[in-house]
Amino acid sequence: MDLTELLKIANAERNKQKSIRVHCCTSTGCQAANSLSVKNNLATAVKESGLSDRVEVVGVGCMGFCGRGPLVQIDPEDTLYEEVTPEDAPSIIDALNGGVVKPIQGDSQHPFFARQMRIVRQNTGKVDPESIEEYIAVGGYQSLYKAIYDLTPTEIVQEISKSGLRGRGGGGYPTGLKWATVAKMAGEQKYVICNGDEGDPGAFMDRSVLESDPHLVLEGMAIAGYAVGANHGYIYVRAEYPLAIQRLQKAIQQAKRYGILGSQIFESPFDFKIDIRIGAGAFVCGEETALIQSIEGKRGNPVPRPPYPAESGLWKWPTLINNVETLANIAAIIREGADWYSSIGTENSKGTKIFALTGKIRNNGLIEVPMGISLREIVEEMGGGVPEGEIKAVQTGGPSGGCIPASMLDIPVDYDSLSKIGSMMGSGGMVVMDRATSMVEVAQFYMEFCREESCGKCVPCRAGTVQLDALLTKIVNKKATMDDLTKLEALCQMVKDTSLCGLGITAPNPVLSTLRYFKEEYLELIQANNLDVSLTS
Amino acid sequence: MQSILTETKTSRSQTGNSKKNTVDRRLKALNIAIKRNQYHQDALIEILHKAQESYGYLEPEILEYIARQLKLPLSRVYGVATFYHLFSLKPSGVHSCVVCLGTACYVKGGGKITSAIEEKLGIHAGETTSDNQVSLMTARCIGACGIAPAVVFDGNVTGKQDPETVLQQIKAWQSEAE
Repeated sequence: MDLTELLKIANAERNKQKSIRVHCCTSTGCQAANSLSVKNNLATAVKESGLSDRVEVVGVGCMGFCGRGPLVQIDPEDTLYEEVTPEDAPSIIDALNGGVVKPIQGDSQHPFFARQMRIVRQNTGKVDPESIEEYIAVGGYQSLYKAIYDLTPTEIVQEISKSGLRGRGGGGYPTGLKWATVAKMAGEQKYVICNGDEGDPGAFMDRSVLESDPHLVLEGMAIAGYAVGANHGYIYVRAEYPLAIQRLQKAIQQAKRYGILGSQIFESPFDFKIDIRIGAGAFVCGEETALIQSIEGKRGNPVPRPPYPAESGLWKWPTLINNVETLANIAAIIREGADWYSSIGTENSKGTKIFALTGKIRNNGLIEVPMGISLREIVEEMGGGVPEGEIKAVQTGGPSGGCIPASMLDIPVDYDSLSKIGSMMGSGGMVVMDRATSMVEVAQFYMEFCREESCGKCVPCRAGTVQLDALLTKIVNKKATMDDLTKLEALCQMVKDTSLCGLGITAPNPVLSTLRYFKEEYLELIQANNLDVSLTS
Repeated sequence: MQSILTETKTSRSQTGNSKKNTVDRRLKALNIAIKRNQYHQDALIEILHKAQESYGYLEPEILEYIARQLKLPLSRVYGVATFYHLFSLKPSGVHSCVVCLGTACYVKGGGKITSAIEEKLGIHAGETTSDNQVSLMTARCIGACGIAPAVVFDGNVTGKQDPETVLQQIKAWQSEAE
């Protein structure tokens, strides 16, 4: 395989594709809403109406508007249909022939779509994730070719550093710096790990990327391997994402068959193979040292850093660990250049970020927006606000993040602004809460989560989360006193300061941020107890 | 190993030859997984996944067998099997109902669905009904937040559920069993 052959495959695929493509979402969300039957019926309708010469039905990845699935979109006229049932299929195909359009038509120019900027999700919803040819036809694997033949590993690392890309898994560590550290380590063996253990409840962007465009992640990993001098990669995926695993397996096989993965990639001396490792349901394995333990087949207990995985990681070899979304940005940066990428976003947060907009909000789903967009634009304009009543808070960053009150919706969404107000970007979950949601109960919900997910290795996290959960339960049950509140605050600080890994260090965040912005709710519950006490005595 | 084979065979010998074949097939699947992973100790989690897939759960004899095959201490195998939530050391019911309790599902009433089922079946999350028909479990986000609250019935993700629709499904299972 060389560039001419790659372009030949791309051309052949483009010529093969018919002039009208009916895209039907086949991701987990839409499949749960029966999209596979919709797709079958659409295909039958095309055959029956005799349009097979110019129309084809294609199963594609996530279009983002998951709350209104199954989604069907017609390319190139860009008509969108929402909540399509299998019975709607004939009329959709009929409409292509000038028939009457059913009222299920959605608005593809809605701010939910129009305000987005797609870099990672550029192909999702347009290409068949199970076909490498479709990925190649939209320019896929050309960045890998460019990386191997036009750039040196050092130049690639410089390019990634210059782009300003930061880790999308939550930490926000500069990606270029991480790559440079691994690249300069000596060692006959190095590894690249793709962290697909998306455990934050309320976040599903990584699942969507893996299900909708698996080759994009493989390409990013191969470029990373070339840049840091690794020839073996692992993708660690949650077992809760069976469709993502299945599509990745298929994608790896296809890439191997074309000589794009494996030995002598594009007939160069560069070898790179990728294996999948499946998680078994442990939130802590999203932490990089725990993830490495899990890949080695052990309990997912974190180990103290330093040494960082960049120096001593998988089987003690230098290891580069990046999140799915981070790796999915790489091909675009190599293709378009660092200057282009760094022109998007804010001073310290470059590029775009995918958010999972869920909870009490009209438009549920995934959006990719440039960094620095205001939270209000996301929630009110793109998300359409809460269906009933008023918005109270937006939770970002999952169990490690915090709740942002409605009064602060105008803050720009970037790494620094979010951490300044006590929340964090996290992996990109945004759960909208309305006035009916009790913030103390939300804090307790997350604490219970952390208590159960604590691996038990270090005492502050193992015992601290149990005590914090007990104190919060006491407050929720109106059994607490002001002393308990003081204890809660002190214990939060202690767990934060002394825990071993990210899970424990960030576990108190939801409590601290709700205490900061919604303290009156805690006080009300405590006063309710005092009232009971004085009444009974 | 011989012990599991003979033990399971004798305990099920009344039900005839077909059962014996299933036992062999399950063991065969496990052995293939072990060989495919070349007896590598780091493939323990993969092998446990396979064992659970074929046997339904991880009985002590299976853990011992895997430990011996991979030349790992049993404590290590047991440690890994109990660390990860998806591995079960108890047999599960004929049907499984997994209620997602991720944040988006929780905010939209996943907790109410769980309590409704618990009340209806008289069991807690993580338990199986006494007639061995339904196992109730909860999950920490299955990534179907766009269609919250989500429930997984026998492996099929179903979105936008409420206590009524879920109880209907459970009723359907129960009447099917009768």
